[in-house]
Amino acid sequence: MFQEMLQTLPQVIIDGLTLGSVYAVVALGYTMVYGILQLINFAHGEIFMTGAYIGTAVLLIILGMGFGSSIPSLLLLIIALVITALCTGLLGMGIERVAYRPVRRAPRLVALITAVGVSFILQDVVRIVAEILTGNYIVTGPSLFSKQITIPVSSFLSVFNDASLKVSFFIVLICAIGMMISLDFFVNKTKWGTAIRAVSMDRETAALMSINVNKVIAITFFIGSSLGGATGVLFAIQYGTIDPYIGFILGIKAFIAAVMGGIGNIRGAMFGGFLLGLIEMFASANLSLLTGGIFGAEYKDVFAFAILILVLLFKPEGLLGKAATEKV
Amino acid sequence: MTVLEVNNIETYYGAIQALKGVSFQVERGEIVTLIGSNGAGKSTTLKSISGLAKVKKGAILYNGQDITNKQAHETTLMGISHVPEGRRIFANLTVKENLLMGAFSVKGKAVIEERMENVFTYFPRLKERMNQKGGTMSGGEQQMLAIGRALMMQPNLLMLDEPSMGLAPIVVEQIFEIILQLNEMGITILLVEQNAYQALSIAHRGYVIQNGEIVLTGTGKELAENEEVKEAYLA
Ligand SMILES: Nc1ncnc2c1ncn2[C@@H]1O[C@H](COP(=O)(O)OP(=O)(O)OP(=O)(O)O)[C@@H](O)[C@H]1O
Ligand SMILES: [Mg+2]
Repeated sequence: MFQEMLQTLPQVIIDGLTLGSVYAVVALGYTMVYGILQLINFAHGEIFMTGAYIGTAVLLIILGMGFGSSIPSLLLLIIALVITALCTGLLGMGIERVAYRPVRRAPRLVALITAVGVSFILQDVVRIVAEILTGNYIVTGPSLFSKQITIPVSSFLSVFNDASLKVSFFIVLICAIGMMISLDFFVNKTKWGTAIRAVSMDRETAALMSINVNKVIAITFFIGSSLGGATGVLFAIQYGTIDPYIGFILGIKAFIAAVMGGIGNIRGAMFGGFLLGLIEMFASANLSLLTGGIFGAEYKDVFAFAILILVLLFKPEGLLGKAATEKV
Repeated sequence: MTVLEVNNIETYYGAIQALKGVSFQVERGEIVTLIGSNGAGKSTTLKSISGLAKVKKGAILYNGQDITNKQAHETTLMGISHVPEGRRIFANLTVKENLLMGAFSVKGKAVIEERMENVFTYFPRLKERMNQKGGTMSGGEQQMLAIGRALMMQPNLLMLDEPSMGLAPIVVEQIFEIILQLNEMGITILLVEQNAYQALSIAHRGYVIQNGEIVLTGTGKELAENEEVKEAYLA
């Protein structure tokens, strides 16, 4: 049995890293907003989904313009990522302004329910717009970077099977890691990043430092949402077909990743994202093997949730979280 | 010249009225202290001035300009630095980052460096601890950092909320010495204290606040010798 698990390991790692990097970047959005407002921004999964649609639309429009197909794929990708990041960043900022800021002083439950409401609105708006424009709300984007590669792992280490992947795997991984490194640098090394941390720790005192707290919160939403939206584009490229509900379950998973890593902790969210992606893919490849066929791959989510519960039981502050005394 | 004029302000927390018409002035170059017992409304008065608490009635003038209910970051930009009660250091930021946050709106690396060096002349200890997390410093060091951080804006009016709280007498002595030095450098000081004896000994003038109202005023010396004050706050 162990041998069989080992055989599929290369493929598990590749698939796990792909999914994990998506979780990781989306988890950043949850964790940043939670850190600064103690709000679980349920709409963040929908920002991700909206990003997937905007990016796909940009790609379809450019490719539909005739000369579009002569543009190199990489340039197309960059254009789609930048436009999407801008749009979803502004969308996130707008949501904060109209939906969350008015209820900032209200009990937390109010903001939470507002967030759920915003999620539904986004799902339906995207659905309607997609349906009007394309006749179907399920959209398949152009295939970019879809060339299959086989890595002949078995020829140098015979305990493993070969692994196969799409070129887009590298795109997703490199972009996601690039976004994470930039964000980590921004938050830890720049003035506005430090201000985000200061506002997360103590909003009133930050204001006494002449920091415009509303502006910092808006910037936090912009950054989290633009990263989330850009990740939506990567998701669409990697997995091909999108629908308005992809943000729901993915958002929950990314949120779990954020909690696993320690909510409010940026590096924790990245770590949690990769960990969850790897666990999920491992489960999907090996569950039926491990349980003698009782549970199949479709139970991978249960497995992921079980891990979450274990983490919360033994380390409630999350794997990279600090124990009680300090927040963020 | 009057730096700060507080006119009959009323401040509420929800339905609770914390200030019931507080009035006082601070002249340029003065050290003015506001003393009173727990819950009298001292912190609320400072918060009302800096913009952390919402004033419902009355007005606050700073250098003749109406600043009632301006936001906290705006009053700081105008030259009012408020060192809050309990120091409120950013625990997970280093000493240096705390000071940099104090200079958030200051432009120019060189200017910021210079101001930081200036802060270190008052608090050399902070320079040694540049890369230590603020939250791991001792109470006295944190108070120094809180004042140093406020000085990064080169305030015109420095408001200190109970800087002596929880500190050993020797450290309190040091802090009050520095407050005097800062005042000599031309910074106007509004000092809130429960440690009335210490506060009145360095203040030019003082006000006694009770239940959200000013009940007594006079020079530092007068108040220190006043029988009621002696009985209530200097016992
Ligand atoms: N955030 C708040 N919410 C509700 N009531 C408050 C709040 N802050 C202060 N109060 C109330 O307002 C009144 C004045 O409080 P304030 O903090 O100004 O007193 P203080 O003179 O600074 O006291 P201390 O010496 O204990 O710091 C008190 O009755 C207090 O309970
Ligand atoms: Mg107080």
